[in-house]
Amino acid sequence: MALLPAYIAAGTAVVVLLADLVSGKRGVVVGAGAIGSLATLGAAILVSSSRGPFTAFCASPSACSMVTDDAAAVVAGLFALLTLGVLALSTPVLRSGDVPVGEYCFLLACSMTGGVVLGSARDLISLIVALETLTLPLYVLVGLRRSRGAAGAEAAVTFFVVSVVSTAVALLGAALLYAATGAVHFDRISAALATVVDPHLRPLVSAGVVLLLAGLSFKVAAVPLHAWAPVTYDGAPLPVAAYLSTASKLGGVIALIMLTLGGFGPILGTAGPALAVLAVLTMTVGNLIALRQRRLVRLLAWSSIAQAGYILAPLGAYALHGGRSAAAVPVVLAATVAYTVFYVVLEFGAFAAVVGLRGDQDGGAIDDYRGAARRSPWLATALVLALAGLAGLPPGLAGLFAKVAVVRALLGGDSVWLAVIVALNAVIGLAYYVRVAATLFGSPSPTSPQKVSWAVGTAVGVATLVAVGIGFAPQLVMSLAGAVHP
Amino acid sequence: MNLLFATLALPLLGALLAAGLPSRLDRAARIGGTAFAAASVGTAVALLAGRPSATPVGPGSPIRPWHEVDLAWAPDLSVRFHIGVDGISYPLIVLTALLTLLCCAYSLWRVPEPGRGRLLVALLLVIEVGIIGVFLALDLVLFFVFFELVLLPMYAVIAVWGGPDRRRAARKFVLYTLFGSVLLLVGVFVVVAAAGTGDLVALSDPAHRTLAAGPQLLAFVLLAIAFAVKSPLWPLHTWLPAAHTEAPTVGSVILAGVLLKMGTYGLLRVGVGVAPEGARKVAPVLAVLAVAAILVGGLVCLAQTELKRLIAYSSVGHMGFVLLGIATLTTTGFQAALIGNVAHGIITGLLFFLAGAIKDRAHTGELVELGGLREVAPALSGVLGFAAIASLGLPGLAGFWGEAFAVVAAIGRGGPLWTSLGVLAAVGGALAAAYFLRLLRRVTHGAPGPSVTGLGVAARLQSGELVAWSPLIGLALAIGVVPALVLGFSNGPAQLLAAVFGRG
Repeated sequence: MALLPAYIAAGTAVVVLLADLVSGKRGVVVGAGAIGSLATLGAAILVSSSRGPFTAFCASPSACSMVTDDAAAVVAGLFALLTLGVLALSTPVLRSGDVPVGEYCFLLACSMTGGVVLGSARDLISLIVALETLTLPLYVLVGLRRSRGAAGAEAAVTFFVVSVVSTAVALLGAALLYAATGAVHFDRISAALATVVDPHLRPLVSAGVVLLLAGLSFKVAAVPLHAWAPVTYDGAPLPVAAYLSTASKLGGVIALIMLTLGGFGPILGTAGPALAVLAVLTMTVGNLIALRQRRLVRLLAWSSIAQAGYILAPLGAYALHGGRSAAAVPVVLAATVAYTVFYVVLEFGAFAAVVGLRGDQDGGAIDDYRGAARRSPWLATALVLALAGLAGLPPGLAGLFAKVAVVRALLGGDSVWLAVIVALNAVIGLAYYVRVAATLFGSPSPTSPQKVSWAVGTAVGVATLVAVGIGFAPQLVMSLAGAVHP
Repeated sequence: MNLLFATLALPLLGALLAAGLPSRLDRAARIGGTAFAAASVGTAVALLAGRPSATPVGPGSPIRPWHEVDLAWAPDLSVRFHIGVDGISYPLIVLTALLTLLCCAYSLWRVPEPGRGRLLVALLLVIEVGIIGVFLALDLVLFFVFFELVLLPMYAVIAVWGGPDRRRAARKFVLYTLFGSVLLLVGVFVVVAAAGTGDLVALSDPAHRTLAAGPQLLAFVLLAIAFAVKSPLWPLHTWLPAAHTEAPTVGSVILAGVLLKMGTYGLLRVGVGVAPEGARKVAPVLAVLAVAAILVGGLVCLAQTELKRLIAYSSVGHMGFVLLGIATLTTTGFQAALIGNVAHGIITGLLFFLAGAIKDRAHTGELVELGGLREVAPALSGVLGFAAIASLGLPGLAGFWGEAFAVVAAIGRGGPLWTSLGVLAAVGGALAAAYFLRLLRRVTHGAPGPSVTGLGVAARLQSGELVAWSPLIGLALAIGVVPALVLGFSNGPAQLLAAVFGRG
């Protein structure tokens, strides 16, 4: 039972591969992928509605490698939904014949498997393996387009090199931690750190924590390991960029939460200031550079870097002095998870609308979108709604409540200065979101509107409806976030 | 409570209707939107039903709404859907509904370039929802949500239907005011984190004040900056002239008429109400800045050569009086601020309607080119004269009460600081007389210039303009003669609020 969603996700990958071998028809392969992700979602719902948590691979009753509780089910469900959405967005790219359908869907399903396992991972090794399973297929997916040789290859290589380095850094950190504590399970690490670690080993622990967090911050594209994101997003096919900025980032956030709140609780003093500074740098650098972007996907990439900063801020505040009380944990955790969920929905909505506007082309320059509101008013409305949400302003109420959740958590931890920086960054952020939105309503350029396939249309519609829905009922997301506990 | 919901829901439904109709039904959509605006004026007026006749006295929270709705919304975000109406908010709600109706009606008659009037009407109605929501909100986070709701629609109104430099002006407006509202967000959660609740009624109650002096000061400073940007208070006012100059007529009217009031209302209800200790410490600074705004606004107006810019800067001065009234922390001062708010909304709304009408006809706002308007368009320049005189605070017209009593309240505080502030504010009031008379001399007297002479029949007032203006003219007179129309509502709440400071 603990591994049911993971088995189904992995099975999806195999079935997709077989479907491609046996029939080779695009519809069958994509259909198999879609049904597989739906089945994974179903399994996740089944797990969360049964009496859990379910465990597997236990060294002792208290130290299990896999624990599938409500939180893990939520994570698995989110990954399944995102994969389904990205499959829908992939219709134009797959239809164009520019990418091999079987491989594309197979790799996507593999990546989903990594995400599903990630939610249940409760030791360092499982965590890193799950993250790698999530990331590895993406190297290929990024460079899979035949027609965009150089750009695609550049994107894939950049992504690959930075990713490998960061994985190595994270593994080194994990190894140092193991050397110091003799444990890989989060519970045991936490216990070992709470009791006395040999004073000589203290520096080793600190180095291990910092290295591990730095390696993981690559996944969320936090400064200083952020520079891959714009190149990679812009070079990748649009649906893959959407996957990178939502699912892949979600994976990184989950790993960071598990470590900071689960494993490292007792010694966060060492990591806390670093995390807070990282958050500030990430949001500020991301926003400032986004101001200067001329290409839409690059702008979204830099803005997603900035968003990662907001996601990290509550964790940083928690780790800083003043927030490190037991009462603060649920608030911080809920804020981080809630912000991530709001962000993922809005970001997916933005990318979905971009795919709708661009079809199988790449993201293009912002000027290419001039007058899009005249050509396709519904898609432009969806994009504006998503951008307003990312900027944290009504009518994107979901984004507003995301901002509210973060600021609330920061002030609960007495980090007024961090809250002010987050707030001021929101102003910088609005400057470029407004620029894009205004361009959409400019006088039209002579390009003709794209024909939107029903799958993309559905994805845009569903994402927008979900964004509007959680905007009016933020409590749904907050309850979901409240279900997650370390 | 259904009335409260209806007051918020009717404009929203009108906006959806107007935006949802196809472009060939543009006129029908505008008429539909206007009908919803009229209905929401009806519900706003009907909110009066059930108001207790006696002035509330005795201990307890200074906020005593006579209609109230309190529903859970998102407890994990400390948000409740708590709205209500009391004597401080009621006049402003009616004013908002009325001005929106007049703007919608005006849009039936005239839509600025580039057309698509139904979207303009829809945005005006959304703005109405936001502003009325701010005035109704009795929950801090809800207040913030409504406060933010106004930003992007107003941006769109300026950026789409504005003058030649509209993009830049709109961007300046939205970034400046967002700067204010994010500080509001931080301030709100400083309060919520320290007090454990976001309920304004509970937070304003002096008997159960849980906020210590430290958080109060921090919260008040954050809130004061946030509301000072919106009001706007010198030196944070620089977005206002640009936005007003470029905005279409209806945008300027809403902006000056009611949008700015969100700042002064917020300062009174949230800033002073929730953090009185902070207010007590910061009030002298606020008062000095307010008087500086009055003087700077007046002096800048004397040097202005463009009609809309001049009116925009005069707003800075008038809002300075309102802020001075609040800063005195006395009943008289609060009353002056509230009636000043309403009067400024009516008169400046009218002035911007007039400025728009003149610019539409003469295609210029330069005072030098507008000379001799009285001979070509006597009715138009007559109304302009009336509005200018009302704005400079002639006794018997609405503008008088707010300014006079702000000065009285400042002098009444006694001491060298407050006395000299009161004297300086009075000098600023004289400046207002100087620049409005200068405006009238330039525009209405003298020989007709080239851009005025050719007006001919176009100089006559249109029926749409008469419909939009006459309620404002009537109200300016009515409130001037019977100030109790506003003061009667706000008297009780203002006394209760001032009682916190131990002043009558």
